[in-house]
Amino acid sequence: MSIVVENLTKKYGDQKAVNDVSFEIKTGEVVGFLGPNGAGKSTAMKIITCFMAPTDGDVRLDEYSIHKDQDIIKRKIGYLPENNPLYLDMPIVEYLRFSAEIQGVPKKDIPERVGKMIEKCGLDREKHKNINELSKGYRQRVGLAQAMIHDPEILILDEPTTGLDPNQIVEIRKLIKELGKEKTVILSSHILSEVEATCDRILIINKGRIVADGTSETLRNQAQGQELLTVQIEGDPEKVEKAILKLASVEKVISQEGKSGWFQVQSKPDASSRKEVFDLCVKNKWYLLEMTGLETRLEDVFHQLTK
Amino acid sequence: MEKVWIITKRELSSFFDSLIAYVMIILFLGLSGTFTWLVGTNVFVSGQASMQIFFGIAFWSLFFFIPAITMRMIAEENKAGTIELLITKAVTDSQIVWGKFLACFLLVLIALVCTLPYYITISQLGNIDDGAVIGGYFGLLLLSASYISIGLFSSSLTQNQIVAFLVALSIGIFFQLLFDVIGSSFTGAMGAVFNFLSMSAHFESISRGVVDSRDVLFFFSIIILGIIASQVMLSKRNWQS
Repeated sequence: MSIVVENLTKKYGDQKAVNDVSFEIKTGEVVGFLGPNGAGKSTAMKIITCFMAPTDGDVRLDEYSIHKDQDIIKRKIGYLPENNPLYLDMPIVEYLRFSAEIQGVPKKDIPERVGKMIEKCGLDREKHKNINELSKGYRQRVGLAQAMIHDPEILILDEPTTGLDPNQIVEIRKLIKELGKEKTVILSSHILSEVEATCDRILIINKGRIVADGTSETLRNQAQGQELLTVQIEGDPEKVEKAILKLASVEKVISQEGKSGWFQVQSKPDASSRKEVFDLCVKNKWYLLEMTGLETRLEDVFHQLTK
Repeated sequence: MEKVWIITKRELSSFFDSLIAYVMIILFLGLSGTFTWLVGTNVFVSGQASMQIFFGIAFWSLFFFIPAITMRMIAEENKAGTIELLITKAVTDSQIVWGKFLACFLLVLIALVCTLPYYITISQLGNIDDGAVIGGYFGLLLLSASYISIGLFSSSLTQNQIVAFLVALSIGIFFQLLFDVIGSSFTGAMGAVFNFLSMSAHFESISRGVVDSRDVLFFFSIIILGIIASQVMLSKRNWQS
């Protein structure tokens, strides 16, 4: 099921939490909403899940619109809200059964679905406990289980891994990746590595607008521009620096302070200086001890875009 | 309707799991039992085989108990954020409000059913006016439904259960008492309007066994108004921050 968001705007008073946002998500894509706190990620999700009406604009799931077909859309979406609110006084199994019933799962399929979710989310050992007896990680699993109980075509997860320990984070990510094979998934996060690890596509949102859209690869390339190398060469540092600077593809050389023989070499746009640096060393019989390409990290892209 | 029932079932089981239901039923039975049978102008003192004394007590005890059951219904969900979870399930706002309303109503109904032994006992003591008894129970149910709907509205205003309780009581006291008092101090049209708004006048006429369409209409208007107001408060998120 594909999602089309058209000119979505949501105002809180004078502030625009979401400002004229449009994008499209194809069936089976795993998309990450990335943005600083208060960027409008959650608001966008709340609108897609029919919790709130937008001030302006439309969201369509295939042919269904959030303005007309709320009932169908709600049934097609599984939603894990931020902070994972749950009915704490209910036992897990009861709660999952309630979620299934209310999402319109046929009566005869409910025990099977509940059992499947308990198994899939690793709740088997805890299944007879009340939700308020569970640790945060297990509550998060219950949250995921209730979101998936009716086998929705779209999963919307608002910060699914907050508050989990590193092992649980890895497990949840694995689960999301697995789900992404058959379902459309939107998740939000402000943890970059998480989005990079789980998502096919990243939307960076800042101040209610989409500032970047693409795979982590394309985003990095966009921000990268010129190649940057770190090299370590054994030889007379001054001579080496001058020689490198003379190379046709090199724009700038910075010798690193305190570390003799280390240089940062910036190439001219659309050129690579790796081979020339190597040849230079061979010609002068210098030892090339190290050469590393500095990759722009997603952190830098994010930082640049959301300043 | 099926969705309403699913919500009702959950709320009811939460009443019984959290002991609210037992506490409420025991207190209600204890209070109304004490005053009907043991102290004050009880059945034996009045020497009449009539349930009027019980209805008079229930009229006041329900007034206090109902806000205590309704106060958490929406306020707690607002506070815990579970309202977001509930609304994004395949239900409408009106199904949510009706489901909660029905759960509270059934709890009150259970409490009232528990007082049926009073009727059986009194009917053994003398000639009881069955019409008045049926009218009285009917009146109590209408009264309860009205206060439940006012209570739900109060609960939808806030995240704080105490505030919800107090707001429900303060709205309730107007219908319970104040409109009656104000009505009697005015004459003419003003007086008639306030008298019509008074819950006690309508309740008394029904509990005498006279079911007048005006009385029923009065209670139903309050119920519907309360439900609509709760729905409006619930869907406020759509146009406000």
